[in-house]
Amino acid sequence: MAPAHAAYTPASFYPQTGFLASARRVRALVLRHAYLLLKSWPRLVSIAYYPTVTMVLWAFLTLYLAPTNNFLKDAPGFFIGAVLLWDVLFRGQLGVSLTFIEELYSRNLGNLFVSPLRLREFIAGQITLSILRTAIGVGGACVFAWLLFRYSIFSLGFPLIAFFTMLLAFGWAIGLAVSGMILRWGLGAEELAWAGIFLVAPVSGVYYPISVLPEWLQLIAYALPAAHVFEGMRAVLLDGTFRWDYLWNALALNIVYLALGVVVFRMAIRYARNHGMLLQMGE
Amino acid sequence: MTELPPRSIESPLDAAIAVTNLRKHYGAIEAVKGISFAVRRGTTTALLGGNGAGKTTTLSMLLGVLTPTAGAITVLGTDMLRRRYRVLPRMNFTSPYVDLPKRLTVRENLRVFADLYGIREPKVRIVEIAQQFDLTDILDRPYGNLSAGQRTRVSLAKALLNRPDVLLLDEPTASLDPDIGDRMRTYLERYQRESHCTMLLASHNMAEVERMCDDVIMLRAGVVVDQGSPAQLLERYGRENMDEVFLDIARGRQNEHEVGAGADEITA
Repeated sequence: MAPAHAAYTPASFYPQTGFLASARRVRALVLRHAYLLLKSWPRLVSIAYYPTVTMVLWAFLTLYLAPTNNFLKDAPGFFIGAVLLWDVLFRGQLGVSLTFIEELYSRNLGNLFVSPLRLREFIAGQITLSILRTAIGVGGACVFAWLLFRYSIFSLGFPLIAFFTMLLAFGWAIGLAVSGMILRWGLGAEELAWAGIFLVAPVSGVYYPISVLPEWLQLIAYALPAAHVFEGMRAVLLDGTFRWDYLWNALALNIVYLALGVVVFRMAIRYARNHGMLLQMGE
Repeated sequence: MTELPPRSIESPLDAAIAVTNLRKHYGAIEAVKGISFAVRRGTTTALLGGNGAGKTTTLSMLLGVLTPTAGAITVLGTDMLRRRYRVLPRMNFTSPYVDLPKRLTVRENLRVFADLYGIREPKVRIVEIAQQFDLTDILDRPYGNLSAGQRTRVSLAKALLNRPDVLLLDEPTASLDPDIGDRMRTYLERYQRESHCTMLLASHNMAEVERMCDDVIMLRAGVVVDQGSPAQLLERYGRENMDEVFLDIARGRQNEHEVGAGADEITA
């Protein structure tokens, strides 16, 4: 080891407050996970693997049923679009909660929470990583949809961007709540990150209209942004109309759910601070 | 060990860390029972005690990752319970309870923390600290592939990356061989002298405490039971070394020596 010879030089810091300082800390968190993702091609492939395989399955089912089914004759890309949009919701949630779980596994949460990184910056980092993971996962499936079936989800245009954003935001809300629950109950609750989202799948109307649900379940469905998004998508694909009412409903609900997600996560962090879990939690 | 001029230990104004009536309950268990102490600027203070004495709980509260049930903590004049983000960039820590991401290389880990602490010219700083901790050859190896001793050195490098004014060290040399442990202590001593950094050290290595620390705070069952300089404690307990003093205090034998008044003597 080199002798401790270096003359002491005072620390030279960038400003610690303000938007740029926050952005730099968010970037540091994103960098930490980008290092992990980009150095492992199996990890990258696995992100795109599941959405691509699911899309291929539904695409072949569509090819099989389309000749005898008027609905699919009118909207041959319906199931592919539905699968891809569902995966936006799934990946959006997973991106947020897996970022958190990764910190728990590596026992790095303590290092992060004694650094100048604020909780809101940690959340911003989770959301940024969720966008990246979704872009990789769903982007890969979109490429295969075009290559194999000549189906481009981007033909939906503006409605796609609007629905995409709404589903991502709902995914973030669920991801934050799941992160909070994992922090509260430990890594034993990790399964929530993978399976929790499927609780809303039956009432989101991904593959069928909400009208087929029992009336009481329709009330629950319409309390979720996802149901409005998928109803809106059906209106675009089947009727060629963009229903602004569905978009506004999804937006209003997302504001509520995102606020709830942040509250649950903050409460879990407060609980962890009260019970000494931030330094000691890990695999 | 220090070359700094002697300072009054009684003045809280001179304290880099001031703790007042700090309590922590976990349900019915009271882990820390209203302790008060001050750590002078530019000195190294040991926080000693047996397992379960409340050392890690106290360090966690000082770092802001554990909320006290009651009491006040001031670090560098800043209220840690209300404004910790003002002072966190000037602090750092290392603890066996935390780790670094194992699949990232040493360089990548240090880069992430350099950015989190807002360090200018992070690449230069990483090269510099790697030289100081003999990490140059392993900078591009995954942290998870390193030996326990190498990991400890990386954790210490991370803790000094931002050249902290206050450094909290929980068992910093526990897994190092005597040679590397000695070099680490030498580096920490040198860093402390040059930077006038304040260090609070939790350790079970009494030789380390005797060598590095200006002051010692002894905890038992969540209470400060004695404090003073190593020399004062050795004299007070009539012992040859800090190991024996530790055993006297940890086993509650300080009354036999009619001591313990030190606890009030230096309370802030």
